[in-house]
Amino acid sequence: MQKKLQVEAIEQGSVIDHIPAQQGVKILKFFKFTQTNEKITIGLNLATQSGESKDLIKIENTFFNDKQANQLALFAPHATINQIKDFKVVNKFKVRLPSSFIGVLSCPNSNCISHNEPVQSRFYVKQKQTLKLKCHYCEKSFERATFDELD
Amino acid sequence: MNNPLYQKNIISIADLSRPDLELILETAHSLKQTPQPTLLNNKVIASCFFEASTRTRLSFETAVQRLGGSVIGFDSGGNTSLAQKGETLADSVKVISSYADAFFMRHPQEGAARLASEFTSVPVINGGDGSNQHPTQTLLDLFTIYETQARLDNLNIAFVGDLKYGRTVHSLAQALSLFNCNFYFISPEALAMPDYIIEELTERNINFSLHTSIEEVVDELDVLYMTRVQKERFDETEYQHMKSAFLLNASMLNNVKDNLKVLHPLPRIDEINQDVDSTPYAYYFQQAQNGVFARQALLALLLTNHFQAKP
Repeated sequence: MQKKLQVEAIEQGSVIDHIPAQQGVKILKFFKFTQTNEKITIGLNLATQSGESKDLIKIENTFFNDKQANQLALFAPHATINQIKDFKVVNKFKVRLPSSFIGVLSCPNSNCISHNEPVQSRFYVKQKQTLKLKCHYCEKSFERATFDELD
Repeated sequence: MNNPLYQKNIISIADLSRPDLELILETAHSLKQTPQPTLLNNKVIASCFFEASTRTRLSFETAVQRLGGSVIGFDSGGNTSLAQKGETLADSVKVISSYADAFFMRHPQEGAARLASEFTSVPVINGGDGSNQHPTQTLLDLFTIYETQARLDNLNIAFVGDLKYGRTVHSLAQALSLFNCNFYFISPEALAMPDYIIEELTERNINFSLHTSIEEVVDELDVLYMTRVQKERFDETEYQHMKSAFLLNASMLNNVKDNLKVLHPLPRIDEINQDVDSTPYAYYFQQAQNGVFARQALLALLLTNHFQAKP
């Protein structure tokens, strides 16, 4: 079978792989990668061996800290992050779902007090399969798809 | 001896352990038997109702005064700086709580009491936050069950009516799940217990069953907890057709257990016929009165480290 390079290699930076299709653009927006001057290559709806589609992001001169890697789990719970130096993978790790998300998401409950007070939103992971989060304030639980990200 | 609730907040029933609940109930029992009219002398308690309430506010303020404390506060949010000048709840709470030794509040938004507790150093007691929690109602319900049954373990308890939207029944079922009771949920299908409560009970291996009329199970019960099926949730024909299954009258109580008690968070409309009031099973007015003792118990435990409940 003929192998094709789907996305160009980078010299130094990060490759985020195994992003579910449709999530790549959301990740770019969430991490404000659209506002950086670094070179970014993005692949959308790429074929995988399992037959499902995936997205992939390569960004030069950028490395994820632990907090960002955890936040990435909101969009891509099974993603891997490859750290690249001199065109070689020097570190590879899977994102891990943190136990809570602070100041990242807006509570889907419009009557939750967190919307109009000087506090950061806070959600606890209640269920990992079909990610479900519980609001620290209003105590209501919602599936991940219900949430909007905070700006 | 130190008590574990001293200076703590009472925000959500889920924050309380079984020993915490037992301590509160024993304290409520003790205060009902042996009044302590000077326990809160020189204590000032803020009673802040950002949303109006009748029974909860009067019951709470009675509790403060029966213990010798004084009350400051307001009975609806409309005249406060928060409503009129756009002050944040966080700022309001910071200021008001600096005047008081404890802060009792009701608010129309979910999470308000939790937020308030993060902006004050005095204990906050949640008197209802939107559709979320109303822990002092749950505590008075638990106290009434404990008082009438002499235990909370292994009871047969039916919840009737609007089980979908009623925060009272959600919190009570959650609290009683610590005591291995058998639950009977009696409601129209459209107002059934929400999935998240059913999931929690399943995770805790609690026995429960679903029913569509009171008469199916009434003879097995120790406690029959009534709530109202609200007419406005159905069209008129549908409501007329199903409502009788969720109304209680005295003739339905002919073969019940001697220890059965009928409870209701009040106000009732027509879901308990007035002919039930004179039966030995009616206990909803005593239940409402117990709100004073349950709230006294919280105040005693949150504000005094040395108070000892008398058995």
